Amino acid sequence: MKITFSINGKQVSVDTNGEAPLLWVIRDTLNLKGTKFGCGKAACGACTIHVDGKAVRSCSFATKYAEGTEITTIEGLSSGGQKHPVKQAWEDEIVPQCGYCQPGFIMATAAMLTEIPNPTDQEIDDNIINICRCGTYYRMRKAIHRAADLKNQNS
Amino acid sequence: MSKAKDKKGRRRFLKVSGVGAGVLVGGLIVGCNPIRRTIFTRAEKTIPPYIGKTEPMLWFQITPDNKYILHSSKVEMGQGTFTGLAQIAAEELGVNVEDVEVVHAQTDTGNIDAFATGGSLSIAGLYNPLREMGAAMREMLQAKAAEKLGVPVGDVKMENGNAIGPNKSLTYGEVVIDVNDWKVPKRPSIKERKDFKYIGKDIPRVDLVEKVNGAPIFGIDAEMEGMVYASLLKPAAIDASIKNIDLNGADTMAGVEQVIIRDEYIAVVASSYIEATQARRMIRYEVEINKAWDTKTLEEHIKVGKGTKQVVQKEGKRIEDISESGKVVEIEFHSPIGAHAQMEPNGAVASVKDGKATVILSTQVVSITRDEVAKALGFSKKDVNIIPTFLGGGFGRRLHTPLAVHAALLSQEIGKPVKCFMDRKQEFQNDTFRPPTHHVMKAKVSQEGKILGLEHIFASGNVMFESALIPPFAHGFMEGFLRADIGSIRGGSIMYQKLANYHTAYYHNKLPFATSFWRSLGLLANTFAIESFIDELALSVNGDPVTMRLEMLDSSDSHQKRIMEVIKTVAQKAGYTNEVVNGRAMGLAASIDAGSPCAQVAEVSIENNQIMVHKVTCAFDCGFAINPDQVKAQVEGCINMGISAAMFEKMDIVNNELQPINYGAYRMAMMKHSPKEIDTILIEGMAEPGPVGEPPLGPIGAAIANAVRRITGQRITRMPLEIS
Repeated sequence: MKITFSINGKQVSVDTNGEAPLLWVIRDTLNLKGTKFGCGKAACGACTIHVDGKAVRSCSFATKYAEGTEITTIEGLSSGGQKHPVKQAWEDEIVPQCGYCQPGFIMATAAMLTEIPNPTDQEIDDNIINICRCGTYYRMRKAIHRAADLKNQNS
Repeated sequence: MSKAKDKKGRRRFLKVSGVGAGVLVGGLIVGCNPIRRTIFTRAEKTIPPYIGKTEPMLWFQITPDNKYILHSSKVEMGQGTFTGLAQIAAEELGVNVEDVEVVHAQTDTGNIDAFATGGSLSIAGLYNPLREMGAAMREMLQAKAAEKLGVPVGDVKMENGNAIGPNKSLTYGEVVIDVNDWKVPKRPSIKERKDFKYIGKDIPRVDLVEKVNGAPIFGIDAEMEGMVYASLLKPAAIDASIKNIDLNGADTMAGVEQVIIRDEYIAVVASSYIEATQARRMIRYEVEINKAWDTKTLEEHIKVGKGTKQVVQKEGKRIEDISESGKVVEIEFHSPIGAHAQMEPNGAVASVKDGKATVILSTQVVSITRDEVAKALGFSKKDVNIIPTFLGGGFGRRLHTPLAVHAALLSQEIGKPVKCFMDRKQEFQNDTFRPPTHHVMKAKVSQEGKILGLEHIFASGNVMFESALIPPFAHGFMEGFLRADIGSIRGGSIMYQKLANYHTAYYHNKLPFATSFWRSLGLLANTFAIESFIDELALSVNGDPVTMRLEMLDSSDSHQKRIMEVIKTVAQKAGYTNEVVNGRAMGLAASIDAGSPCAQVAEVSIENNQIMVHKVTCAFDCGFAINPDQVKAQVEGCINMGISAAMFEKMDIVNNELQPINYGAYRMAMMKHSPKEIDTILIEGMAEPGPVGEPPLGPIGAAIANAVRRITGQRITRMPLEIS
């Protein structure tokens, strides 16, 4: 079936099996490789994207539900032409190690900060539930607080 | 200058010096226990040299448009090696560190690491060779610049990518134009440490921006023109074979091009990943189990007393032969099967065409993979090019990457490039697991609280034996000769060598599934057993675990003195106390791995029957830290991975199947489990850089268990740690 949506500000139409996970349409049809495959069961968060501003695990999101939505992936995460505060904070704190899970965490964090502009440690624990095997959580927590500060300064 | 094309420069002139022999060198007098023990001791203490090419022409590429590209034979899997290499290269080449681009060397460049990326050895092994290569490259550029400028070499200064003569300057890019006769100096002069601009400094990671922006840098991101996707079906059951295969319509599903049935697997080839995977999941088959296995039969199998015994350490008397009176204490410990659970699944993209093969993948064994692909295809090695990518986690999981061979063979058969990746269930069930362990710790303690003797008798399975790092023809020889698996016994020796009597022995048994290297190998489980036991001894004599450890170490031995230093430092910095304050207790543990000692204090409480780690203080001596910030990042990562493995992770065998099969069910540490404070103190106990990426994984399990002991009064003897 033909499914039409906007991705990173660009309108696209894909002809695909509507039940197929959106992750593979993003990665292999639209060739945006920043969204990662980790588990296929919405258990790790490596494939986190924004659908209409909300964090969604795209490995378990049927493409048909993308119809008419606005989708943002790590490649399109920006802040009015400026570097997004979450990306900036991630660079400032030198968070990534292997880097594979990081886009998912960055997308999850960016979505959280729109709902909770100043998250407490407890709120971070409750909302950021992706998996990082390198164990970069300690720096991530610092980066999340820093991103909140940067975002609040800018606004 | 075009790298690798200039064959004139290819000669091995830079010999690595000043480091000891490798683990496998020497001692070929078979059957003599003391020689085995010498090898085991060396394996614990010595940093093996870099085994690979050390010609500057293979590592450095300088382009006319002033790009400085470093082709690394070591891969980047998160450990920060590329950043360290960029620092070292920039330092000696005389360019800005941010101008150096580090890339993975493809095998057809000729820059080949004969071994693997692993063992925490990349920076430790390449520090001196790369400094020499960088300096050689700089001197070569200087000589050519002098020629071009028509001035004596001594009048040319090399700074920030410029060759500066008395009247005129050339960029490095201008120097390399039209030069084909490079002369490699025999003894390049390297910088002194006091003049270092980049080495030893906190330089941001060179791969930071790509990783924050989700750049397509991993094996799974690779594509080739006209490629198809293959999904492989292998029996999930261990010690079993499959029969009565029913394709169940898989071969006629949308997008499926063909189904290929081989002895080892069934391959479904389709035009997309999802079509290939869904069709493969349709296939039905029956399993014939040769021998029934479950977690319990496994525990009977990996057990002290079962399998091949080998003495690893023997000093003084066995406990039963100690005549002084005292109390004998004995505790048994267990650790489970551990999965790597690295985030990027294994796979490869391969193209075999016109007698040439190209394979793109993330692997820790670039040259071994090339050799395996060449052998499988019947090609010569020079007709196979491996293009390594960044790894979405390594941790030892990619020390064998046979999907490169499968993808290449399928490409040869189909006549198109093939992309072949595992899904997560396959990843969990076809892992090369960390083998389970069983430990019997035993001591004799005098009335006055003195440790008269200490013993560690333990059992485990293959780590190095049968691994891809040892050529298949040598498997039997290695095992027959060494008897104790060098990987399993890592961290298993007793480091308290001031004791008059200590003894370590190991029982080896094979498992019915693949086990191999898992970050730090035996270190985590062995340290858990030894350091939990030492803590229990300290408590049993009402002693202080800091003083007790220091009294068992010999300060006249330089190696042990470094262990004493990390223990003293961590205790002091954490403000170590035996007291439980507001429900929080501290636990201390220490270890030494590959010559890098580490001590940690974990600050722990128990909330709703769940262990919470609030703070970890870590004193770590890896020698000279090339990038202190990234050494700290490795310490933080090891602590969180260690918390994950010690507190949550466990694979079981249920009806001959390894389970669980996905994240979530395979419990792992998440954000909420990470300590909110990690205080890392780096100590420079030697002037050269030592191993970094694994040694800090040693103490964490025991440190947490020791803290819990102070709160509950109970000694936890099993990983994953649970409050009963």
